[in-house]
Amino acid sequence: MDLKDKLISSFMAFENNVDIDSAVHDERSDAIKNFEEKGFPSKKEEAWKYTSLKSLQKIDFSIFPKEANALDYKDVKRYFINEIDTYKIVFVDGIYSSFLSETTHDGVDICLMSSALTKPMYKQVIDVYFNKIASKDESLTTLNTAFSREGAYIYIPKSKMPKKPIEIVHFSTGNEASLLLQPRNLIIVEENAELQVIERHQSLTENEVLTNSVTEIFAAKNAIVDYYKVQNDLSTASLIDNTYVNQKDDSVVNVHTFSFGGKLTRNNLNFYQNGEHIDSIMKGVTILGEKQHVDHHTLVHHIQPNCESHQDYKGIYGENATGVFNGKIIVDKIAQKTNAFQQNNNILVSDKATINTKPQLEIFADDVKCSHGCTIGQLDDDALFYLQTRGIPKKEARALMMYAFANNVLESVRIPELKTRINKLIAKKLGVNLGFDL
Amino acid sequence: MLKINDLHARVEDKDILKGINLEVNAGEVHAIMGPNGSGKSTLASVIAGKEEFEVTQGSVVLDGEDLEDEAPEDRAHKGIFLSFQYPVEIPGVSVTNFMKTAINESRKARGLEEMPAKEMLKLIREKSEMLEIDRKFLSRSLNEGFSGGEKKRNEIFQMAMLEPRLAILDETDSGLDIDALRIVANGVNKLKSKDNAVVVITHYQRLLEYIVPDFVHVLHNGKIVKSGGKELALELEEKGYDWIKNEAVV
Repeated sequence: MDLKDKLISSFMAFENNVDIDSAVHDERSDAIKNFEEKGFPSKKEEAWKYTSLKSLQKIDFSIFPKEANALDYKDVKRYFINEIDTYKIVFVDGIYSSFLSETTHDGVDICLMSSALTKPMYKQVIDVYFNKIASKDESLTTLNTAFSREGAYIYIPKSKMPKKPIEIVHFSTGNEASLLLQPRNLIIVEENAELQVIERHQSLTENEVLTNSVTEIFAAKNAIVDYYKVQNDLSTASLIDNTYVNQKDDSVVNVHTFSFGGKLTRNNLNFYQNGEHIDSIMKGVTILGEKQHVDHHTLVHHIQPNCESHQDYKGIYGENATGVFNGKIIVDKIAQKTNAFQQNNNILVSDKATINTKPQLEIFADDVKCSHGCTIGQLDDDALFYLQTRGIPKKEARALMMYAFANNVLESVRIPELKTRINKLIAKKLGVNLGFDL
Repeated sequence: MLKINDLHARVEDKDILKGINLEVNAGEVHAIMGPNGSGKSTLASVIAGKEEFEVTQGSVVLDGEDLEDEAPEDRAHKGIFLSFQYPVEIPGVSVTNFMKTAINESRKARGLEEMPAKEMLKLIREKSEMLEIDRKFLSRSLNEGFSGGEKKRNEIFQMAMLEPRLAILDETDSGLDIDALRIVANGVNKLKSKDNAVVVITHYQRLLEYIVPDFVHVLHNGKIVKSGGKELALELEEKGYDWIKNEAVV
């Protein structure tokens, strides 16, 4: 049985364990129909031209984890930003781990999607927000919607800010030979409220994992959201991240994506500007080697006038790594005075690494500023020589230059401990220990 | 200190240096002059170890040791410094951090501990004052958006920090106004001692009024065609390079 058939037949088993007489389940039923019709995207589709899911579909993934697996905090401590205090929503093989988590209902709700979807007290919010911005026809999103049950639920009421950042961490233990995870996150940040989230997917063994995640983020008027995605997984772990952001007037949403590992990573990052004076910021640092593959697909839909979007993605590709950047910007006819900026710079450090980069602009307004640029290059030999003549060995000189190259993106990280962590990860990826932080 | 014997070098099948002989001793200042395309900058790059240049014959010897297989960083650790004609911009790395890395890498190569932060700061303060460099300048990204004069002054600041035994200044005077030229030259003169040596590469005599050479060599078509004292520089300024070229043909 191929993976699609297995998923569709599993849906019935799934229905035995959820409340089928609910509005949420109507969404699931519609979603599975869409997935059944469309199936997994193939390379024939323009949006999937450079990323193939074919070999992943041949793997016999377990759809439902058999049991809850316990992990010792000391064994996974290093995957948390443990230099600071954080709220934690932690899942082990897709199942919530209350032992590793720290949730709260103190003025804000930082808890579980499974409770939000089932408890009456959340019904009003779920009715308004659940599956309202996520695509209803993109097949992988609908696949996630069909099986949506668990994930993070965050609700920040008007003018509130959680006392500390939130970490959403998914561990897979390898108890299954191969495991499919489909976390579903819903994040609502009301007027004037603020939120910082760090998300990480971490496989702990060489067993195959595929995560198909959907996150919906709603930023109300004047809200500020910083979302950091740390993708540094093992080479047997694949991730399809579908993130949808809906913004209202004067809100600012920053999404940073750090892609340092994983077998196949696809980031579908979609911003919808439903208001004026909105700022949407997407930044990414990708450093890959081996046969790793990453595909960044961004979309910014400028629906209203006087908004801005900034995209800055830097990539360093070595060995046989492959990368894709596809940045789509749509400016509607009424979205005058839009300022959309997009940049994608890449360095190839091996002859066998490849990158495909493509800006895609659809502009229907006439008074807008849209700029885009992409570069693919190698490290400048003259610059290397310059550093070497100052006594910096070639390897460190190369690292220093790559470090400098990625620096712009790190500057906007607003959690200093996370910034330090990312700095160290970059240094580690580049195989050097630099004597300072940039 | 430095001995260059019958040095031939080429880049991409083009012969540029065609038999250079030069000896520089500690405490000396040498000037290498010559028309454009004579091979001045190539000579500087070959001494510093740039890989693009292939040495086909002859040798560069420092303190009795042939540098043939030495990487640029190893040469730097042995005390060779090259001030670039066109310093490279490195966005995102501040002048201070860059110097910290450079100094500590050199110390590591010599088996020394990293320089304590306090000592480093003191050194930076001392040397930046000597070159009349604003402290704010030191936290800016290396050479990024620097004016021509700032870049050159920053090169000499790096030289002051690294205290090389042999400093090669490649067209350090180009792009400098008279005040900047004076500051840069003063800096070089203060760093000069009986234990180190300076090789000044220049097209014009102007810089040599401030950094007075003991020897002047004229490079033409990949060879040193004439050597003399500081008065040779004045002669060149007066007569241009044509008479040298003619003499070389004869």
